[in-house]
Amino acid sequence: MDISRLEPIDDYSWRLPVRAGESRAPVVMYGSRELLRTMDDKVFEQITNVARLPGLVGAAMTMPDAHWGYGFPIGGVAAFDAELGGIISAGGVGFDISCGIRCLRTNLRFTDVAPKLREIADELFEEIPAGLGEEGRLKLSPAELDDVLIAGARWAVDRGFGPVEDLEFVEERGCASGAVPENVSETAKRRQRGEMGTLGSGNHYLELQVVERIHDERVAAAFGLFEGQVIVAIHCGSRGLGHQIGTEYLVSLAKAAQRLGIVLPDRELACAPIKSPEGKQYLGAMYAGINCALANRQILAHLTRGAFARVFPSATLETLFDVSHNTCKLERHRVEGRERMLYVHRKGATRAFGPGHPSLPERYREVGQPVMIGGSMGTGSYVLVGTAESEERAYSSASHGAGRAMSRHQALKLWRGRQLVDELAGQGILIRTRSMRGVAEEAPGAYKDVDLVAEATERAGLAARVAFLKPKACVKG
Amino acid sequence: MADDDYFEHDADIGVIGRGPTVERAFEAAARAMWAVMADPAMVRATASVQVTFVEPDRELALVTWLNGLLSAARVEGLVLGTFSLVRDGEAWRGEAWGEPWRRDLERGVEVKGATLTALIVEETPEGWEARCVVDV
Repeated sequence: MDISRLEPIDDYSWRLPVRAGESRAPVVMYGSRELLRTMDDKVFEQITNVARLPGLVGAAMTMPDAHWGYGFPIGGVAAFDAELGGIISAGGVGFDISCGIRCLRTNLRFTDVAPKLREIADELFEEIPAGLGEEGRLKLSPAELDDVLIAGARWAVDRGFGPVEDLEFVEERGCASGAVPENVSETAKRRQRGEMGTLGSGNHYLELQVVERIHDERVAAAFGLFEGQVIVAIHCGSRGLGHQIGTEYLVSLAKAAQRLGIVLPDRELACAPIKSPEGKQYLGAMYAGINCALANRQILAHLTRGAFARVFPSATLETLFDVSHNTCKLERHRVEGRERMLYVHRKGATRAFGPGHPSLPERYREVGQPVMIGGSMGTGSYVLVGTAESEERAYSSASHGAGRAMSRHQALKLWRGRQLVDELAGQGILIRTRSMRGVAEEAPGAYKDVDLVAEATERAGLAARVAFLKPKACVKG
Repeated sequence: MADDDYFEHDADIGVIGRGPTVERAFEAAARAMWAVMADPAMVRATASVQVTFVEPDRELALVTWLNGLLSAARVEGLVLGTFSLVRDGEAWRGEAWGEPWRRDLERGVEVKGATLTALIVEETPEGWEARCVVDV
């Protein structure tokens, strides 16, 4: 990306000023000079388009892991005020509504797990339905699915999928309010019938990781993290139901925008005013999609516990946190000294509330919200913590992953899945998958340097590093 | 140039379909999209799904066609490999053939949906070309 168009705010924040006659809000891009230079020019184009949407408050922003998406860039954040004609955009949420990470901390040290690493990897692969065409064992009736869409992870806990204590550490306590199952089509519900408790494919994974390095002892202690500890990260979303909601509302909102006279610089930004019938309808469906994802990750956490119990009977797996990164949520934020209720779109970006935020569980309230930056299966991931500064800079948002550095097509030309699996095994990382093509597309070399992304996230003031996690076994979808 | 082809996109995949008519181009785009999930040559035609819709906008019709195939196949638990589409004015009627997923079929990655990004349906000197980014 040509960064000469941007003005530096500091070493990790860049602004595209609004020139005379330009009808758009400012753009702020977070990241080091190096990370921004390697971004595709489309990131710049897409976030500039977002800045033209009605009712935007403050700047349209990108996180340090931003890359070319559809409509919004991946790593895009934008907040809208419903009272000012602000919009809700299906393209600003994405197809995989509420895709996110459930992180479980165990009481196990990797030194205890290592002798049985192959056994637990196989057990997890057997237990977790992963990859194309794989269905879950749970088949829900239409009425049961409606209950899921209303109650989210609470539904799963009520059905015996995990302890009630989990809910304390899931965003929205496991249930997004405002879900309207009637706004979700019968096709979407039929599509989900066999997909509750499934991982999916692409960049979705279940990883057994070890805490390799602690960056902040005080916060790590609050999060219950210690060096050598085994962690499980589950990355997935709302599965077929969310995909179908995205599919249907993308077209209907594109038509609504045209009808309502909203000029879309990119059709993929399909949107409607939050207060319009079309906007309200999508919101109700999207919140139902969020609840589907929260229930799905709750079920997968339960299945993971079952697999661990069979291999390590004394293991405990507590929920560290569950964060979503494809959402639009109504949140209270302070803008220019005034508190406002804003609809914050985070497309491939994580919420990162700082210390003292009232929505945080008591255990974390003093230090801030756990934030996960998921890296590739060969490099590692980070746990970070939300900062007070992030509220001022980015409506309490942070990076969600390493971010792709090259296309899937390019990756397929450079790597072979079988070869990568063997190479990673040589490094002590076991991969379990039904898709060698998927492994090649997700090659560690196809991603940005997660260390640089995490460092930039911290130096931009969006979230602070707490611990680095190294993958040891990975179930790839 | 192949009838079913791809273009670059950072996180997802751009699919291209080409043909002498819009319908043939859409069929080729469907083949390109499904080839991301499984080799169409290895998919047996033992079951079928139907996708019918009314759409005056040619570009939205491409997205509706591709997404209709994804949802119909998912509901039936099928992988698809062969596609047929006819048009009568604004009415589109499609059929696709495939089979239930089987363990020995090499799997690619799941396409979640066809997007409006880089969405173009246009007549070129060589015929019709239909393209868009699909989310994986």
